[in-house]
Amino acid sequence: MIPVAFDYVRAESLDEAIAALSEHGDEAKLLAGGHSLLPLMKLRLGTPSVLVDIGRLSELSFVRDEDTYIAIGALTRHHDVQHDTIVLREAPLLAAVAGRIGDPQVRHRGTIGGSLAHADPASDLPGAVLALDGTLVARGPAGDREIPASEFFKGFLETTLAPSEVLVEIRVPKGTTGHSYQKFVRRSQDWAIVGVAVARVNGHVGVSLVNVASTPVRATAVEQALASGASAADAAEQAAEGLEPTGDANATPEFRRHLARVLTRRGLVEAGL
Amino acid sequence: MSILGNRVLRKEDQKFLTTGGTYVEDVPLEGAVHIVYVRSPMAHARIRSIETSEALESPGVVAVFTAQDIDLDPMPPGAPFANRAMTRPWLADGVVRFVGDMVAAVVADTRERAVDGAELVFVDYETLTPVVDASTAADNPTLVHEDAGTNVVLRLPDDFVSAGIEQVAAEVDLFEGCDVVIRQRMVNQRVAPCPLEVRASAAKWEDGHLTQWSTTQAPHSVKDTLVQLFELQPDQVRVIAPDVGGGFGAKIGGYPEELFVAWVSRRIDRPARWVETRSESMMTLGHGRGQIQEAELGGTRDGKLLGYKLTITQDAGAYPNFGAFLPVMTRLMLTGVYDITKTEFSSCSVATNTNPTVAYRGAGRPEATAAIERMVDIFADEIGMDPAELRRKNLIGKECFPFTTAVGTTYDIGDYEQALDRVLEAAGYAELREEQRQRRDSGDTKQMGIGLSTYVEVTNGIPGSEFGAVEVLADGKARVRTGTSPHGQGHVTAWAMLVADQLGIPVEDVEVIHGDTDEVPRGVGTFGSKSLQSGGVAVHQAAERVVEKAKKLVADLLEANPNDIELDKENRRFHVAGTPSVTKSWAELVEASGDAGLSAEVDFAAPGPTFPFGAHIVVAEVDTETGHVSLERIIAVDDAGRLMNPLIAEGQVHGGLAQGVAQALMEEMCYDDQGNPITANLADYAFVSAAELPSFETHPMETPTPINPLGAKGIGESGTIGSTPAVQNAVVDALSHLGVRHVDMPTTPIRVWSAIKEAKGDR
Repeated sequence: MIPVAFDYVRAESLDEAIAALSEHGDEAKLLAGGHSLLPLMKLRLGTPSVLVDIGRLSELSFVRDEDTYIAIGALTRHHDVQHDTIVLREAPLLAAVAGRIGDPQVRHRGTIGGSLAHADPASDLPGAVLALDGTLVARGPAGDREIPASEFFKGFLETTLAPSEVLVEIRVPKGTTGHSYQKFVRRSQDWAIVGVAVARVNGHVGVSLVNVASTPVRATAVEQALASGASAADAAEQAAEGLEPTGDANATPEFRRHLARVLTRRGLVEAGL
Repeated sequence: MSILGNRVLRKEDQKFLTTGGTYVEDVPLEGAVHIVYVRSPMAHARIRSIETSEALESPGVVAVFTAQDIDLDPMPPGAPFANRAMTRPWLADGVVRFVGDMVAAVVADTRERAVDGAELVFVDYETLTPVVDASTAADNPTLVHEDAGTNVVLRLPDDFVSAGIEQVAAEVDLFEGCDVVIRQRMVNQRVAPCPLEVRASAAKWEDGHLTQWSTTQAPHSVKDTLVQLFELQPDQVRVIAPDVGGGFGAKIGGYPEELFVAWVSRRIDRPARWVETRSESMMTLGHGRGQIQEAELGGTRDGKLLGYKLTITQDAGAYPNFGAFLPVMTRLMLTGVYDITKTEFSSCSVATNTNPTVAYRGAGRPEATAAIERMVDIFADEIGMDPAELRRKNLIGKECFPFTTAVGTTYDIGDYEQALDRVLEAAGYAELREEQRQRRDSGDTKQMGIGLSTYVEVTNGIPGSEFGAVEVLADGKARVRTGTSPHGQGHVTAWAMLVADQLGIPVEDVEVIHGDTDEVPRGVGTFGSKSLQSGGVAVHQAAERVVEKAKKLVADLLEANPNDIELDKENRRFHVAGTPSVTKSWAELVEASGDAGLSAEVDFAAPGPTFPFGAHIVVAEVDTETGHVSLERIIAVDDAGRLMNPLIAEGQVHGGLAQGVAQALMEEMCYDDQGNPITANLADYAFVSAAELPSFETHPMETPTPINPLGAKGIGESGTIGSTPAVQNAVVDALSHLGVRHVDMPTTPIRVWSAIKEAKGDR
């Protein structure tokens, strides 16, 4: 549980962080809450030669009510997302999802930006931001870039962020009228065996699935069925459409597909559909 | 009024809850080197070569050792009757036999540099076919130990018969007169003990004297092993087990990782230390359980159980340790609380290319209870009788004690029916059954299961004595030395209470010394729920003797008859009966006793083991769509004889229940078909947390044992033994109306879901 030796840079500003990333490229990793990165390093599965600590950049920790969306700073801790009054009012799915991550200690350290940038398909927040049709704002040497959530997740632990970019802000639309997060776990603090996030926003229903593929995925067949007037139960039957989940100690591919259908139905019902 | 029986808060908790005590890793050791073991990533392979030169050049690395460097006999085998050809070498000698087997030891000036150095040891392996599945290991042509000529470690009763320990059993018609005989295969899965503190060890030599610190439950036995290994005199070895953060049986013996530290220290003439990582601990600290059971139970349609047969395959792992011996303990408790007159038992312990198995909370007895309690439930289902009623019909009556079972175990005392009655009443059993009926009728997705278990187990089962000494100090305070080695059990408080009870000296003024072989001359340690009824009784009797000695002294000083001397415990002063104005305090007596002092030592050997018992009910809710199980209630009636401190006893029950629930619902140490551990960290291994547990409803019951003067039995393992089958029975009970007859542990969602599907014929 001792990482390979690495250099440590404490960024005092966002520009400093971007400069450090630009200088070290692939060799560098951003350190925020550290709850995904540090275990990988301790197991020597991750061996960055430079850590750029952005943990003290308080300008990245905020929740703002913009006109049609809310903006959440990348460094906002899960605990703060869970309890923030703006999030609770305007994007209650995110608050609910944040409250189901790990345990209280994890929620006080882990950050929303870190969770999204780490892109673990079993993590909760990526699926939620995807269901909400969120937008991610990245800042690099050339300035800001807006990335739709649907284009952000590229593969297992892989995003479309460039090595020198920092995820700075997450935007999700206002106007939620129903939501649900169905997280199927054996123990409360575990990663989801399967998770289903449902968000009814401005008349549209977004459904995404957690831990059934190498990235979080939208259940488009379910969404289309609902759009053509199918009942929640009928639409949910489409949840495993096109899925080829992997098997592990907790679930076979068949069980994951079954859970996707059951949890989608429960999620749609809980969201008022 | 005696302090015994009161809920006295634990003296030791303040440090554990604040500064954390002093563990082996905290012991300062100037100039110590750090050892990191290079472990095999292969389950079974021949070592072609080991390249250490790069590691030796790595910064800070002092030495790298492999098997060829070692001039020390291997540790004695941990399993009685084990085949000597299966003895574990210090470091793998030519062949690695499980993932985690030690191949080399890298020694460096810091732990970090030792870890870096270990990465530079290159081992060339030639893969061999691994033996992973215990159920076929006995007949597997691939051998874990080629020289042994077999994978069989111990066969019962055959090996006991040929060793002359027992006679060939007469042939009996086991199921004569039975209307119904049911059969079931059950897996009592392998689990990881996961103590909060992982293993650590440190050693230093000074003038031929060895001091060894170890995370052990039995420091004196570690000392004996070191004396033997290094051919030293007993006074040349000191073993210290400082604060130890849990063991659950897995820290009873000394492990090669720990003892090898002493060899390294001597070889390079510097103090040395080792501490494992959590992943290393999950992979290589001995595992528990690991039995495959084939059971048959026969009886009449009106519910009289007549014959029981159990056949066990025990997974011993790569180097047989105490795990190989667990079936002996299982057999001891074969028929549990039931009067079943005809039995048959056989077992085969086998070596596999997996981590060795050892004792783990209950060690062989939970396996016995799990088997019979599951079988009784299946039998009840088969004949359409309520499982509580079937149990009641077959319990050994309270008038029958001492009772000798069909396998020859003699139970001291019990009142099993009362325990059953109490738990049924506390649970509101009839109402629960009614609620269950309504749920079934409604066809609710979430079904309710009610699981019972009535159990008996054996504690202090290994014959021998335990040491206890009490000494009154010049300031009137007292000091206890005990051969027990607490690692979470609360002996510091409990032993102080035993002294306070006799001497009147308050608990806070009684110091308890344990876990240091220089401070405590003899000792056995703490395991098998033995401590209070052995070491505790020794302290109790030593305290009695100190009072007797004191009375004689007072009699001399006051020129009175010793029989007339009274101890006013409240004021801690002695006086002659009838004249309370002339008194002697403890401090005065210590002074008067001169060089002799005021102390007593006792080695207490109980005339036999004790048999705690109880009854548990678990109410579970099973989501029949997803297979998820949540526990609604756990009601536990446990009888451990007279309770000295009900608060500590309750804590033991709480921990035991949690660990039992964990095995029934969640925990399993899994290997893939190549022998790779796939649950060797706390993310993949489903260690239970408080969030998965309901509040425990505990109901103590006290049936004092005649075996020892305190009337106390063991409580450390009961909770685990009783709760595991109650949970499993609850899960199956929730699904029995759907046609499900059995679900193996752990009853994970996928297993429950698959069982429902299979019962529906929907495979």
